[in-house]
Amino acid sequence: MTPATVETQEELTQAFAIQGLNSWYGSFHALKGVSMTIPEKRVTAIIGPSGCGKSTLIRCLNRINDLIPGFRVEGQIAFKGQNLYDPALDPIQVRLQIGMVFQKPNPFPKSIYDNVAFGPRLCGEKDRSKLDAIVEESLRKAALWGEVKEKLKQSALALSGGQQQRLCIARTLAVGPEVLLLDEPCSALDPIATAKIEELLMDLKKSYTVVLVTHNMQQAARASDYTGFMLLGELVEFALTAKIFTNPTNSRTEAYITGRFG
Amino acid sequence: MTETIRKRPPRRKTQERLVQAVLFFCAAVSVFTTLGIVGVLLFETIEFFREVPLWSFLTDTQWTPLFSDKHFGILPLACGTFLTAAIAIAVAMPVGLLTAVFLSEYAGDRLRGTVKPVLEILAGIPTVVYGYFALLFVTPLLQRFIPGMAGFNALSPGIVMGIMIIPMISSLSEDAMYAVPQNLREAAQALGASRLQTAFGVVVPSAFSGIAASFLLAVSRAIGETMIVAIAAGQQPRLTLDPTHPVETMTAYIVQVSLGDTPTGTIEYKTIFAVGMALFLATLVLNLLSHGLRERFSEKYG
Amino acid sequence: MKLEGAVLRNLLARRRRAEWIFKIAASGALLFALGTLGVLLLDVLRDGLGWLDWDFLTHFPSRKPEQAGILSALAGTFYLMILTILIAFPLGVGAAIYLEEYAKKHWFSRIVEVNIANLAGVPSVIYGLLGLELFVRTMGLGRSLIAGALTMALLVLPIIIIAAREAIRTVPNPIREASYALGASRWQTVWHQVLPVAFPGMLTGSILAFSRAIGEASPLITLGALTYIAFLPDGLTSPFTVIPIQIFNWVSRPQKAFLNCAAAAILVMLAILLAMNAVAVFLRHRTQRRMTL
Repeated sequence: MTPATVETQEELTQAFAIQGLNSWYGSFHALKGVSMTIPEKRVTAIIGPSGCGKSTLIRCLNRINDLIPGFRVEGQIAFKGQNLYDPALDPIQVRLQIGMVFQKPNPFPKSIYDNVAFGPRLCGEKDRSKLDAIVEESLRKAALWGEVKEKLKQSALALSGGQQQRLCIARTLAVGPEVLLLDEPCSALDPIATAKIEELLMDLKKSYTVVLVTHNMQQAARASDYTGFMLLGELVEFALTAKIFTNPTNSRTEAYITGRFG
Repeated sequence: MTETIRKRPPRRKTQERLVQAVLFFCAAVSVFTTLGIVGVLLFETIEFFREVPLWSFLTDTQWTPLFSDKHFGILPLACGTFLTAAIAIAVAMPVGLLTAVFLSEYAGDRLRGTVKPVLEILAGIPTVVYGYFALLFVTPLLQRFIPGMAGFNALSPGIVMGIMIIPMISSLSEDAMYAVPQNLREAAQALGASRLQTAFGVVVPSAFSGIAASFLLAVSRAIGETMIVAIAAGQQPRLTLDPTHPVETMTAYIVQVSLGDTPTGTIEYKTIFAVGMALFLATLVLNLLSHGLRERFSEKYG
Repeated sequence: MKLEGAVLRNLLARRRRAEWIFKIAASGALLFALGTLGVLLLDVLRDGLGWLDWDFLTHFPSRKPEQAGILSALAGTFYLMILTILIAFPLGVGAAIYLEEYAKKHWFSRIVEVNIANLAGVPSVIYGLLGLELFVRTMGLGRSLIAGALTMALLVLPIIIIAAREAIRTVPNPIREASYALGASRWQTVWHQVLPVAFPGMLTGSILAFSRAIGEASPLITLGALTYIAFLPDGLTSPFTVIPIQIFNWVSRPQKAFLNCAAAAILVMLAILLAMNAVAVFLRHRTQRRMTL
């Protein structure tokens, strides 16, 4: 498979350079020779039917898959020139730079404040006023501050699903990552909450590289700059979102986006 | 149409009713047991308090119902119970919790599958055996390090009791931690938490009510444990918190009186029920709290 | 919250150190628990193995430690357990069937549920007090085998109910629905479909409950079971003793040689428990294999 490249009209710095990535869960071959470059400070969407490997791919980008017994990876992922799977590199260091938001909102059963302050506290931040500032800033960035500033001490589990997911985004931003990985962040949310998150992504891409996995093609079309289409563990096509949705090169991409399977 | 459906023969209907009545009786036996325990304890305890004022039972600092100069202060027995149980918990809590975190968050399925049943053997060994071990192995061992320690003391049975309840804490806490959803662990690790930080920062707090339930159950078990303390703690009611001295627990007192032939109706006979009542109430409160916490936990992650 | 260079390296090193310290502490805790188990068994073996012979098993207790044996205690434990099983197993299974298959989820089953959970946590010595007042005195059974068996039956009943309920819950619902669809009544469904599937599980759980009862001394001492008996029980109302009481008696003696008797008796008791547990494990293994086939 030849590396998929993006025809660029603009000067882009690359965030991730993925080369010949293969991965396995036990004997199941989940990713088959994926190569792509993900640009910095853009929203890159990965679409495809369920089981196509899109979640596996994104979970390789911050090595969260290391936690799954029997998971194995081959090939290269470079983040700004640094090999992420360098044995000398502590995966924790990777995760501090590359944050992740999951499919189901998963706030800790703690207060809203403690959820957001969790990451900074792990990094040794104890200064109360600094923590206050980080919490406020992160909640503002996640467009949640106005809704929760009066009840920071209340349990995060009392929030609505959409609020919980934005809290999870705020919690991730509080660590100060450069990249946000979002694994189907809206699949458990209603359309209004989804719209809020998509709006938020527009804002976030000004300062963060965003990688968005979604099974919702409209969402990819609305919210992303670049789109990759995956099928059965392979990256079929990767291009500007506008091009993928109007003039796909590959017939399988076309079949998928026009809804003939998936 | 309904006409064509054969009616059930009436005999079968009676049989069904009979069976249901018998089964209901079986289920009711457990309720009768509780009523029986409460009734018996209450009856004899009321008899006891006709002769001994409640105030002196609660405040007198001596317990000498078997002497000619009789005193009926529960404090020395309560103190002995508290002391041995506290020592047991001091041993079992850290060991049990460390083990639980290790098995739940670090060990693979195979290691957990081997270690858990072996640990549970500890809970299955009869308590007389632990009494033997405390008196004849642990006490002599401790006496080498603590000169002047009495042959009967609170420390040795306390420690051994602690070892006995380790699996209670480790198993139940591990079950609680295991029930914490995996996505919370992923969330913590995605925020850059190490395994240890995930375990103590997220998993333990999330499983807190389950862990607390196991802890309360262990305390209740330590308070009610009888043979270890009856054998190795001595049978001298003494108001002391010095673990090197002999003490007597509430349970050991009941055994002590039962070994002699105490006729019904005497004040000595009534004392064991009064002491039993105190013991029952203490463990009941702990068990109810523990049960409530466990229900809350399984509601959260059931 | 950007961390760079030395600060980050420092942080990561500190975390790695914490991981190591935890692993060492946890392994230590585990070794402490398992090591104690090993030491306990070795200690009893060392003290008791030399005293354990055929004479020990076939002699009555005696004032002379060299001649003392556990025949009466062994027989007492055996008879007591048979009686306890006969009383507690049907009651426990019946209660479990009622709660799982009959009771509607209303206040009564809720009370029974909380009640059983609490009964399982009541100290065993309290059951002794119940037996003393109810069976020994009020019902006039005296310090007899049957009074002991009734007391022990009440003691293990909550554990058996819990085990039997769990076994019933493993029976898949479609089996019940199929039976009802064929016109079977509730009891016919329970008797022909649910019980045969759940029975091995009930048996396994109950064996474990009874093996706990074998080691119990305190309720029987409270009941007034004698510690010195030099004859075999000859009926339901006969006085009796059991192995754990005999052990307690020997441990309390000043003569050193009786301690060896105690250790030898412990070995006998542990062997019985081991055998019962082996049976339970075997049963579980066999049924698991059958279920997966």
